[in-house]
Formats: sequence, structure tokens, C-alpha cells
Amino acid sequence: MSKQPGILKVIHSVADITHDPAEDESLFATGTLDSFTLPDLVNGLEQEFAVTIPDSDLVPERFDTRRKIEQYLDTLVQ
Amino acid sequence: MSGAAYLRAFGSYLPEQFVDNAALAVRTGRTAETIEKTTGISERRYAAPVQSVADLGLAAAQDCLARAHVDASAVGLILFASGSSERCFPGPAATLAARLGFTATPAIDLPIASAGSLIGMALAADLVARYGNVLVVAAEIMSRRITDSDPDTAILFGDGAGACLISRDSGPAPAIAHIADLALYTDGNFAESLTLAHGGTLAMRGLEVIMQAARKVPRAIADLLAKNNVAAEDVQVFLMHQANRNLLAKIAKELKVPEDRFFSNIASFGNTSSASLLIAASQWSDSASVTGPVVFAAFGAGLQWGALLAVPVAS
Repeated sequence: MSKQPGILKVIHSVADITHDPAEDESLFATGTLDSFTLPDLVNGLEQEFAVTIPDSDLVPERFDTRRKIEQYLDTLVQ
Repeated sequence: MSGAAYLRAFGSYLPEQFVDNAALAVRTGRTAETIEKTTGISERRYAAPVQSVADLGLAAAQDCLARAHVDASAVGLILFASGSSERCFPGPAATLAARLGFTATPAIDLPIASAGSLIGMALAADLVARYGNVLVVAAEIMSRRITDSDPDTAILFGDGAGACLISRDSGPAPAIAHIADLALYTDGNFAESLTLAHGGTLAMRGLEVIMQAARKVPRAIADLLAKNNVAAEDVQVFLMHQANRNLLAKIAKELKVPEDRFFSNIASFGNTSSASLLIAASQWSDSASVTGPVVFAAFGAGLQWGALLAVPVAS
């Protein structure tokens, strides 16, 4: 089951945007996420998907696009 | 901790040259408004070309000793934190000791940026049992370690120095507080996130640093408070490394305490790296006294981070 609806929900809760970013759109390059919304995104993902993201995985590249976020979340639940 | 340790006094020194966002806008291509909005910094101080890290540290140390009403000759150990000292060795600790008139008193460098003063305070708390009075100094000239070609970092930093006297005894003059407990941490897996090579300029992966700080600092504080049965809402003030106002807000939110419980002077001085915690403590203690638990916390290159809990001195 796609995690994209949940990912979009979290992105909208932390970012000041009205549109849905494309799956491969860089959330950093477009300014959707910055250094101060990124930690909130991580917290939001943990709550939305009931997962714990360890400190060692807190690398920005994992969270740069919707697709990368989903790929990463998939590794957590496997 | 190995015994009683008291915070006797703080001190600080800020260089005279003001650098506002308009000046940085010319240099970096960012607008003054953008700099203010993204950092919460209005201005910072830069050291004069003739000033050294030891010069700044000496001024803060003298301010601290004067406030403590302690003669320099009573200091048993100096710990000097700096991530921006001019040479590999000797560091500024020995220079400072000589300029305070010492010829044999141990003076040890802590080449640690950002969290350096917290680590100095933590080490001092355990070392006072042997050395009596430990003078912790942190001084930085970050303005010589940034480049305008990296605006993300150039807009953040300022120069300054802070100091703190920690003693085995509360002293004839009332001590500020008693150090109750502390915790230090290191995670070298993110060592490359924030670096300063010999002769180079500061390199920071901002997103990586903020992700780690936003997670590790609140946890360190929460763990320390829980261990000591102190509720976060009962903390009188949080005195932090002044990295960024937005980060302070994030930590406050995580701990579920009002943001105004976090003292902040970053608008006036920017990020002065290891010096910022003691400058903040000095400024806060100018207009307040410790009436409840006080938390000191810092985070920086290494990654190094930690927290220290101080409480009012028992009457």
C-alpha cells in the first residue's frame, strides 16, 4: 500500500505550500523543506507511520523527495 | 560527579566592532531581511585585527574573576575552549595563564567548538576536588574562519569570549549555584558534518547538523532532568549554546516549555561558537539570580553535546 498519502499529509503539516510536490521533486531545492522544517518532517513521519527513525538515519538525502521518503520508510517496516 | 562544585561567577567580553546584516548583505549577496528572517541575528561583533583568541579570553577571564571577588592567584586550573585559535600548538590556554601572571599553574586547551564551554564546565565540576578553583574560558574569533563565498555560514558567526569560575567551595561571596549533575555525549559518525581544517574555513552541512541537534539536545536535557527528578516546566531558565533562535524554539517545543524560558542573545551577537553559552550565562546572571533549577546545554562539532543541571545553593 502506498505511503504517499501519509507522506503528503506530513509534508503539508510542516511546509508552507498549497500544492502537492511531485514524487521526484527535490523538497530542499524547491524550498518546500529547510533546516527548520526538516526535523518536524521527521517527527511527523514517526507519528504518522508509527515508526522510530534512529539518529544514524537522520541524513537529509533520505528525505529529499517523496519517493526517497517512501523508499526509506519501506526499509523501516521490513 | 566526584564532589561538590559551585558556579561562582560568569564573565564575558565582546569586541567593539559591530557588523550588521546590511554589511553582510553587501558581502554575501543575501538581503539583510533574509539574513534576519533565517537566522534571527541582527548584528554580531568582530574582533579587531590586532586581537587574538587569548586576548578575548583574557578580558572575559578578568571580568569573571572580578565578579567572583577572587584573585587570579587563587585559580588552580585553567581550561580554555576554542575551535578557532590561531595555531595548532601551543593553544591560547598557556598564553592566558602567562598573562594572568601564572608560571606553573596548569592551563589546558580544549580545542572544541560550540560545545567547548559546556565540556569545560563539566570537566571543571569533577576537577575542582583536586584543583579548588577552576577557571573555564571560551573564546572564538570565528570571523577569520568564514568565507563570504559560503553565505550560509558567513551570516551566522560572531566573535566573543565567556568565562566561568567553578569552585570546590561556595566561597565567601555567595555562589551563583550548585552543580547538581551533568551528562556529555559524542557521536563521531557525523564528524564530517561540521569541520574546520588547519588554515581553512568552516564547512558545515547545515541540514545534517540541525537534524541531529534537534533530536539529540532535547533528549540529553530530558534524560538529565528525569534522572534528577526535575520537571522541564520547573526549570527557571535554559542557558544554551546560541546557535540559532529557530533551533532554540524547536528544543523548547520538544521539551514542552515556553520558548521565553530559553535565554537568547543571538540577535545581538550571532553564533560565537564555544563562547556563546558562557556569554549568555554572563548576560543572564547580570539581571537575575538562580532561584530554581537551571539547565546549561550545548551541541556542536564532533558531534559533541550535553547538558548540565545547576540548582540554588542550599542556605
